[in-house]
Amino acid sequence: MMPNWGVCMSINFVRRGVLAGMASAAMMLTVGAPAIAQETIKVGILHSLSGTMAISETTLKDVMLMLIEEQNKKGGVLGRKLEAVVVDPASNWPLFAEKARELITQHKVAAVFGCWTSVSRKSVLPVFKELNNILFYPVQYEGEESERNVFYTGAAPNQQAIPAVDYLMSKDGGDVKRWVLAGTDYVYPRTTNRILEAYLKAKGVASEDIMINYTPFGHSDWQTIVSNVKKFGSAGKKTAVVSTINGDANVPFYKELANQGVKATDIPVVAFSVGEEELAGVDTSNLVGHLAAWNYFQSVKNPANAEFIAKWQAFTKNPKRVTNDPMEAHVVGFNMWIKAIEKAGTTDPDKVISALPGIEAPNLTGGMSKMLPNHHITKPVMIGEIRADGQFDVVWQTKGLVAGDAWSDFLEGSKDLEADWVGKKCGNFNTKTNKCGS
Amino acid sequence: MIQVRAFCAAVISLFAVLMFAPAAQADFASSLARFAQDEFSETALAIDEIAASGDSRAQQVLEALGSARLFVDPASKKVYWRAATSARTIHDAANGEPVVDPPAGLQVVRINNRLRGATLNAIGALTLMAPDPARRRAAAESIFKSRDASALAPLEAAIKVEKDPSIATLFAQARAVLMLAAPQATKDQQLEAISILRMRADIGAIAALRSTNASADADVKALAADAVTAIEARLKLMSHVQNVWYGLSLGSVLLLAAIGLAITFGVMGVINMAHGEMVMLGAYTTFVVQEVFRAYAPDWFDWSLPVALPLAFLFTGLVGIAIERGVIRFLYGRPLETLLATWGVSLILQQAVRTIFGPSNREVGAPSYMSGAFDLFGLSVTWGRMWIIVFTLFVFVSLLLALKHTSLGLHMRAVTQNRRMASAMGIRTPWVDAMTFGLGSGLAGIAGVALSQIDNVSPNLGQSYIIDSFMVVVFGGVGNLWGTLVSAFALGVANKFLEPVAGAVLAKIFILVLLILFIQKRPRGLFALKGRAVEA
Repeated sequence: MMPNWGVCMSINFVRRGVLAGMASAAMMLTVGAPAIAQETIKVGILHSLSGTMAISETTLKDVMLMLIEEQNKKGGVLGRKLEAVVVDPASNWPLFAEKARELITQHKVAAVFGCWTSVSRKSVLPVFKELNNILFYPVQYEGEESERNVFYTGAAPNQQAIPAVDYLMSKDGGDVKRWVLAGTDYVYPRTTNRILEAYLKAKGVASEDIMINYTPFGHSDWQTIVSNVKKFGSAGKKTAVVSTINGDANVPFYKELANQGVKATDIPVVAFSVGEEELAGVDTSNLVGHLAAWNYFQSVKNPANAEFIAKWQAFTKNPKRVTNDPMEAHVVGFNMWIKAIEKAGTTDPDKVISALPGIEAPNLTGGMSKMLPNHHITKPVMIGEIRADGQFDVVWQTKGLVAGDAWSDFLEGSKDLEADWVGKKCGNFNTKTNKCGS
Repeated sequence: MIQVRAFCAAVISLFAVLMFAPAAQADFASSLARFAQDEFSETALAIDEIAASGDSRAQQVLEALGSARLFVDPASKKVYWRAATSARTIHDAANGEPVVDPPAGLQVVRINNRLRGATLNAIGALTLMAPDPARRRAAAESIFKSRDASALAPLEAAIKVEKDPSIATLFAQARAVLMLAAPQATKDQQLEAISILRMRADIGAIAALRSTNASADADVKALAADAVTAIEARLKLMSHVQNVWYGLSLGSVLLLAAIGLAITFGVMGVINMAHGEMVMLGAYTTFVVQEVFRAYAPDWFDWSLPVALPLAFLFTGLVGIAIERGVIRFLYGRPLETLLATWGVSLILQQAVRTIFGPSNREVGAPSYMSGAFDLFGLSVTWGRMWIIVFTLFVFVSLLLALKHTSLGLHMRAVTQNRRMASAMGIRTPWVDAMTFGLGSGLAGIAGVALSQIDNVSPNLGQSYIIDSFMVVVFGGVGNLWGTLVSAFALGVANKFLEPVAGAVLAKIFILVLLILFIQKRPRGLFALKGRAVEA
């Protein structure tokens, strides 16, 4: 028996096929009270419970289960109980679309809470449009989108990336003059870096002071890149790294930074995808002072947050379990949805979609977030520094809440666009030509 | 010696007091009170005042602030610090006395990067004459990096009394940086500074030379630019050496991941898709061992890896034997079924680990000998990577010896070369199969111990290595251990030379394309086995 490369190439095909088969055959479970089907309102939860993204998405499934359980204890909504329908799209982007279709057509869910990566969101969009249902998307993303059926409860670039860069340019942030934009090679980092590059150039940063670097998903050998960053940072100008590195690749990246002695006081790294959950796998004592920009941190002190953390740790029966920003986005999104159903008096998607803009729900950092006509929400922006215990110290935050902007003002072709689902009934209204559809 | 230093310290303090007369009027207690405000601007003022106070308590307070050991009691607004060595002893910052019964609810004084930098600079200036050489070294480096002009006076004083030649050089370099940046320095001073920095010849020296004061003499600027070009040329040469080193390091990781597969796939011919999960189980064994150490013997934490190695080998070896006895032995000679079955096993193992340990990453700490880096002729070598290379070579040599010189090795080779003949000679071939598979799995397990030091420990750990491992084994020539070694290092070095030119994404694609072309030309890899045994 002498397998050659041909056999190894075919492994990939076999893996794909089996993956899809296994995941759709098994892993379908329905949780909730065994009530009569007509009486409950079904809520779809579309988060990967296996595969690469399980690390981040499993938590979001749990937080949804907790919110639904809690709402049921309060008596549900419109006098009916809620019932969670959990499916596992297994980090497989086409499977996300299949599972979304299954949730809507077979289980007749009233709304879906789900997706993490932008590519999974793009994959389910046509399904939600065709079957006219509602998706709540809880993760910070690259913007350049506003759909009638989607409500974006995570941050748009102007609620995360731009304020973070502004902070680093300020005196407190270290007066940074030279920039490394490092990211994983897919749509979110590429679009965010395009926006940031345009923004930095508008602020007078020269091209030679910007270094852009992309790495594959799950990249684990960071020696060359970290040493290049060190070299780039030796030009005599204060340098910072803006990291859109996603998922598993972060841990080896931070380990290499620590090992090569890149201290936050020399070259700070500000990350957009690293939160409490990701840091749980890293010894942070050498990373103190590196930054993250989010709209929520577990360390924020206020009664609503303290109560949420206590409930979460009790629900997961783990007193050390951390909370993070996308979890807060689901909390806000879920409460907005409940209020919209109460306002509309029905779960009919069309009525709930028109009821949602204008709805307000408290966020966990002490403010009142509002759903805007462009289907994004208002959020505070916070910059946190990593502490030795894996939590963040908030070192800066915006005075009030920032309104999410779907179309970036710094990109050609996007700055004239405006999303308004209330007045103009359009997700990409061109203010120059006064027409819907760019 | 120490007395001289103490005397000098006193002189410096006096000097500092004179220099910062207005700030010094604010007494120590009122500076401390600023910490209680919990405002970055107040903390910044407090750092400046305390650094300038020349007070003997200053160093303790600033060091505590820098390492998050300075506390404020929100009720009484009093400031405390905790000793670096003991987690329990709390001292009153106002007098340095230990407090027997510290108030509850103490809050850490928060700082940001700017304040952290300012604190480090202030400590640097205060510890230039510390008796401990390591601290003087750190102080020199911190001034070198910060280019804080106010450190010049204490630095000059420290240079006069420094006896250790290597530290004296560091002091001179730090002074050179300050001289270059200072507008009032004379041309001669700056020229001397440039030659000192040229000798240092590293990235930091380039940064310092590039920040030469804009108002400096044209000659000085020209010479600085010249020095930068000279250092850059040297560093360019070094970067090739560095690429080779990074390549060897990547190669060692590839080899470590692939070496177990070279046995199960290479020697036995089993397409084992669960190989990556054996690596993952090894990494989780390390995690469990470390948890036990953390709970019962935190002082012996450095021993967690040596203890984890044999345990990981045994555990994954046993799992491997169980898989061979339970699944694979029914499928010999049916590669496609083996592939599917082992892939199913890999999914089961992944999901089992996910259920037991949760889906998120687990923290595997680095023992002290695995963290940090050292400088080798301008090449920054991280300890962790170096030990992994050494360890990989050790594993490789031990495996070669085991195959050549033990009876199990002899049986293994006999069975793989001619099963029926070996059986006729009285070798229990099923037992040898199980042992061989166990050995391959055990090797994957110890790879997991090493990989837990550089990668995440999550249920997906194995997936990222399985394709690379097959690549290494196939490229090297199936069934040939030396081929696996050469192929791993060749792929590693090629990848690292391509990466700076093409970027990480393209480098990986290039390598794959080259590999496919190579396999088209030589389907049996670099070192193909020859003879009748191959056809069997």
